[in-house]
Amino acid sequence: MIVEAILLTVITASTPLVIAAMGELVTERSGVLNLGVEGMMIIGAVCAFIATNMTGSPYIGLLAGVATGAVFSLLFGFLTLTLVANQVATGLALTILGLGVSGMVGESVVGVPGVKMQPLVIPLLSDIPVVGPILFAQDLFFYLSILLVIGVNWYLFKSRSGLRLRAIGDSHGSAHTLGLPVIRTRYLAVMFGGACAGLAGAQLSLVYTPQWVENMSAGRGWIALALVVFAAWRPWRVLAGGYLFGAVTIGQLHAQALGIGLPSQFLSALPYAATIVVLIIISHNRRTTLINTPACLGKPFVPDR
Amino acid sequence: MRIELERRPRQSSLFAVVSPLLALALTVLFGGIMFALLGKDPVAALYSFFIEPLLEVWSLHELAIKAAPLILIAVGLSVCYRSNNWNIGAEGQFTVGAIVGAIVPITFYEWHSPLLLPLMMIMGAIGGAAYGAIPALLKTRFNTNEILTSLMLVYIAQLFLDWLTRGIWKDPAGYNFPQSRSFVTEGVLPEVLSSGRAHYGIVFAIIAAIAVWFMMRYTLKGFQVNVLGQSERAGRFAGFSGRKMVWFSMMFSGALAGLAGISEVSGSIGHLQPSISPGYGFTAIIVAFLGRLNPLGIIASGFVLALTYLGGEGAQLSIGVSDKVTRVFQGLLLFFVLSCDTLILYKVRIVFDRVRAVSAKAAS
Repeated sequence: MIVEAILLTVITASTPLVIAAMGELVTERSGVLNLGVEGMMIIGAVCAFIATNMTGSPYIGLLAGVATGAVFSLLFGFLTLTLVANQVATGLALTILGLGVSGMVGESVVGVPGVKMQPLVIPLLSDIPVVGPILFAQDLFFYLSILLVIGVNWYLFKSRSGLRLRAIGDSHGSAHTLGLPVIRTRYLAVMFGGACAGLAGAQLSLVYTPQWVENMSAGRGWIALALVVFAAWRPWRVLAGGYLFGAVTIGQLHAQALGIGLPSQFLSALPYAATIVVLIIISHNRRTTLINTPACLGKPFVPDR
Repeated sequence: MRIELERRPRQSSLFAVVSPLLALALTVLFGGIMFALLGKDPVAALYSFFIEPLLEVWSLHELAIKAAPLILIAVGLSVCYRSNNWNIGAEGQFTVGAIVGAIVPITFYEWHSPLLLPLMMIMGAIGGAAYGAIPALLKTRFNTNEILTSLMLVYIAQLFLDWLTRGIWKDPAGYNFPQSRSFVTEGVLPEVLSSGRAHYGIVFAIIAAIAVWFMMRYTLKGFQVNVLGQSERAGRFAGFSGRKMVWFSMMFSGALAGLAGISEVSGSIGHLQPSISPGYGFTAIIVAFLGRLNPLGIIASGFVLALTYLGGEGAQLSIGVSDKVTRVFQGLLLFFVLSCDTLILYKVRIVFDRVRAVSAKAAS
């Protein structure tokens, strides 16, 4: 029972990381480095919460989160793809703006109790003895996260359109010469990333803690970015890594609750320290990093006519 | 209709100056629109935001107090960004600098000596440099992205400060408030002018800005920074080491951030507490870009962003807008700065598609 309860909390903690990381994975595979995941996530969180508050339905809130995340990412897309601004700085600007706007917009709903999204129980499968209630009686966000992993994996590696996207991310010059629509594909990839980040944010304010607190994303957007690097830009590894991080996050919360001797701040720092360690392990082999990274990641593209 | 970019043969020096001003103007314009949407009179709101803080002497002192850490950190960051090392963890280096600089006045709280203050400042700088060395080590030895590592270290540093001030460094005579003992008078950075609270932090900031400007313009180190930032390969052909530049830039900006941290704690606050910065380390990134990564420009942009902090507080009191407006203004400013910077490198043309019209005409 305790194990089951812990597993459920791990799932809830890992889902937003997986969702946000999948969106960023697609964006980075197309060659764009969007550091604004944290900003898009928090905007999705606040808009989802407000929409749910206004309509009473968390599903409307989910849609609101997705939509606002995508629209917000358009700002980033315009600056980096049309105006060819520095991608690192623009991503940071997006994060700062997102944190500011969400704080301002969310002020009116601080402390308002939220509507938690109820689990969708899948009839037959959820009766399977141990696994059933854990995997098949979850909320929509969890199912979406798994569908995202499967869908993105299929899209990137089994579809022609995905092949083109990866080609654009690895060599935008050659892709452009071949006539592939580099800028348009990247815009769509950026918006997909924004939609996913918004979806992840919606999960935070509708499932994880059904309320609005300023800065409630607490650096998860950055951890999602690290997750994409850790997963070597591969979908299934994002799932594995996401659950690893979720486990660490939940583990330290439970440890704090159990009153383990270590100070609470030390335990709270564990996910961030774990992120650093994981990054070191993954990146230190320069050759593998070079092979796995989309070759044109972060490089500005100006089509010469 | 589409937007086309045509690369300029040389950077436009006109737009290098106009771009930040244009960005500021656009921010003010959009800010006015935002105030109007919030139901407040835009002109009055903008006045209380940007003009009112400049009208009183005490307010100008507050401006200097806020601008000091911004300028100091941003000057260090400008060296980092010019060399293409993205130190995003200045907030963490600020925090660690404050902690290390506060070791002496907190553990040896009975020590009165004119040496205390210089010792604190030096230790603060060393603390910040050491913390900045961590992402540098990870980048050079383990090829780890410095953006993510320096950022994670920010959260860790803040949690460490929280633990210290609620735990072993808590003032025993402090009624259980989460703060350290107050520093002795010899440990408090003195005021510059008697008319207000502004302390020597602003002096450090301006001296640092001028010194770094000189370094970047007239010394070999500055040349190395610029060359390695624009092309690591070219730097290697010239015999410059990219690895050493990572260490230098990260530790240098860490040292300046650490100095800013201990100056702020010593001059403004007088003791350690869990929250010592309203996001100076992140706002300094905006300051650096608005100042176009030029230390002299950064002095100006530092004051502009300090103004947004004061303006937010003032607007909250006089107009009734939330103080979150400050962050929105700062984010907007960075956005517009980055947009307008395009004009420096490229000519922007809006092209209306005449191809279809021409071919239709030719076919008829």
